[in-house]
Amino acid sequence: MNSIILRTGTRALIPVFLFVALMTLWRGHNDPGGGFIGGLLAAICVALIEKAFGVAQARRWLILPPMMIAGIGLSCAILSGLWGALANGWFLSSVWPLYANVDGKWEGLAAGSILLFDSGVFLVVVGVVSAILFALEEAGVPESRKDEP
Amino acid sequence: MILVWPFLIPLISAALMVLLRSRENVQRWGSVAAAVALLIASLALLVRVLSEGPVAVQVGGWPAPFGITLVADLLSAAMVFITGIVAVAVAIYGLEEIDRRESWHGHHALVQALLAGVCGAFLTGDIFNLYVWFEIMLIASFGLLVVNGTRKSADGAVKYVGLNLIATFAFLSGVGLLYGVTGTLNMADLSQRLEGRQEEVAVLVSAMLLMFAFGAKAAMFPVFNWLPASYHTPSVTTSALFSALLTKVGVYALIRTFTLIYDLDVPLVRGTLLWGSVATMVVGVLGAAAQNHFRRILGFHIISQIGYMVLGLALATPAALLGAIFYLFHHIIVKANLFLIAGAARKLTGSEDLPKIGGLYAATPLLAVLFLIPALSLAGIPPLSGFWAKFLIVSASLDMQSWFIAFVALAVGLLTLYSMSKIWLEVFWKPHPDGDQAIEGTLPVAMLVPIVGLGIMTVTIGLAAGLFVDAAMVAAEQILSPHAYIDAVLGARQ
Repeated sequence: MNSIILRTGTRALIPVFLFVALMTLWRGHNDPGGGFIGGLLAAICVALIEKAFGVAQARRWLILPPMMIAGIGLSCAILSGLWGALANGWFLSSVWPLYANVDGKWEGLAAGSILLFDSGVFLVVVGVVSAILFALEEAGVPESRKDEP
Repeated sequence: MILVWPFLIPLISAALMVLLRSRENVQRWGSVAAAVALLIASLALLVRVLSEGPVAVQVGGWPAPFGITLVADLLSAAMVFITGIVAVAVAIYGLEEIDRRESWHGHHALVQALLAGVCGAFLTGDIFNLYVWFEIMLIASFGLLVVNGTRKSADGAVKYVGLNLIATFAFLSGVGLLYGVTGTLNMADLSQRLEGRQEEVAVLVSAMLLMFAFGAKAAMFPVFNWLPASYHTPSVTTSALFSALLTKVGVYALIRTFTLIYDLDVPLVRGTLLWGSVATMVVGVLGAAAQNHFRRILGFHIISQIGYMVLGLALATPAALLGAIFYLFHHIIVKANLFLIAGAARKLTGSEDLPKIGGLYAATPLLAVLFLIPALSLAGIPPLSGFWAKFLIVSASLDMQSWFIAFVALAVGLLTLYSMSKIWLEVFWKPHPDGDQAIEGTLPVAMLVPIVGLGIMTVTIGLAAGLFVDAAMVAAEQILSPHAYIDAVLGARQ
């Protein structure tokens, strides 16, 4: 699609969507939100770039291949589970290294194994949605699938 | 952690294989290594359960019934162990069969994801978590059906997913209803809360919805059409894996829910299951008799054999349940082996259509013998494992004086023999229609090793049947009086 309105709009909207996506991921600890919804919001960025500038540009924007991003995300989720198992003895139990109860008050940064898990989910969603999007976009143009053996 | 490793190992392997997508050799040998690791982990779990009884762990440290519990009694542990055996056999076979293209499209990663789903389904103690593992299995198996990218397999995959999605909706609705009635999803907790409430309408409706869902997953009559439509289209490695595990997860879920949560003494539940299983046996074996394609015949026989297992559950005596469990173990080994042999025959003769091939007995007598072991076992010829499996089910139905059911079970066994001898005559005995020179090459070692290994297991189960019957008896006792299971879940700390 070649539309100057879409391209200009996309440039302006990308930072907004990314910010909202990351905020949703962060607030998912105690409020509605989390990795899955955040990941879908971030995938909107990919979809917009893909529609405005083409698949090649969207791939460049992601830097890594989409399935690689999903793989890294899955690894993050597994690592957070193992972290809980090492620290507390229970797989997937929560660990808060920067957050402690000092004199009856909870202080510090509420980031721990759960944020790692949620970030993993975030990456899996971004990766898989982008992979599906690119595959559908390229399905009609076989010669663009150069990365296949 | 002993309960976590059986699905964590495949999950880690799947993540690594996605990351190392372009390294084909890493993927091939990595899937063998991952399967061996899974086998070791499942063996450790089996030994632990055999010595200590049911074990449970609360994931994330949240106590039951609030968190998700993983629990293994002897049935679960044994199912996970057999999953490990099949995983190793299929991974070795895949070294030869899976080509570069399928590997790049994610065959190996999807197999690991499927194994994670299967092991998770066997080990979870939470009915909604069971749904999640079913979804993982469904997504992974859909991917495996389409990785080879042919029109035929896409057609099979659409039918497969369409029918399975309906079953999944029924599953979710049933679980929602159950949660609305009891306020819990933990299966051990459900078992206690539903005591004396089995006849309530909402409970009965949820029971029927779950029976439909698991019945469809297990390919029971009348919702079996997805299986013959899809099982012959993907690579042999994939269809052997499917035939061994997917329907059996459905049977496992039926056994688990209809002993632990629902009461089989309710006439509606029991009658539906009983006549559904009889119809499944008959329809499956008649469907097989009409086929002329190697893997399609085997696919219909899965349906017929599922009927025997569910019949064992529906008869609801300890002896019948023992038979059903023994049947599950025997069937997984035999059926995976038959599919692998179908692939070996295709490799040598070039086709799976019975009229187009032949002459394998003259070319490779070894493969002919290796085929006879699982084929005769499937038909129930002594002293192979299938004889004991059928014997246990038939004698349990005779004990209950269900003459008609015993007669049907025996007749279906006879028709199974007919199908197996048809394959024998067409594939092995008659000369190849294009002459003897049409059979080229020898069997690769990677194909032969799993076929021989599974054949030895079939013979062993047959000859040492007493040992396996004793184990199945312990498993059946744990299921029929689930106090140890419930105590392990609701009292578990570590």
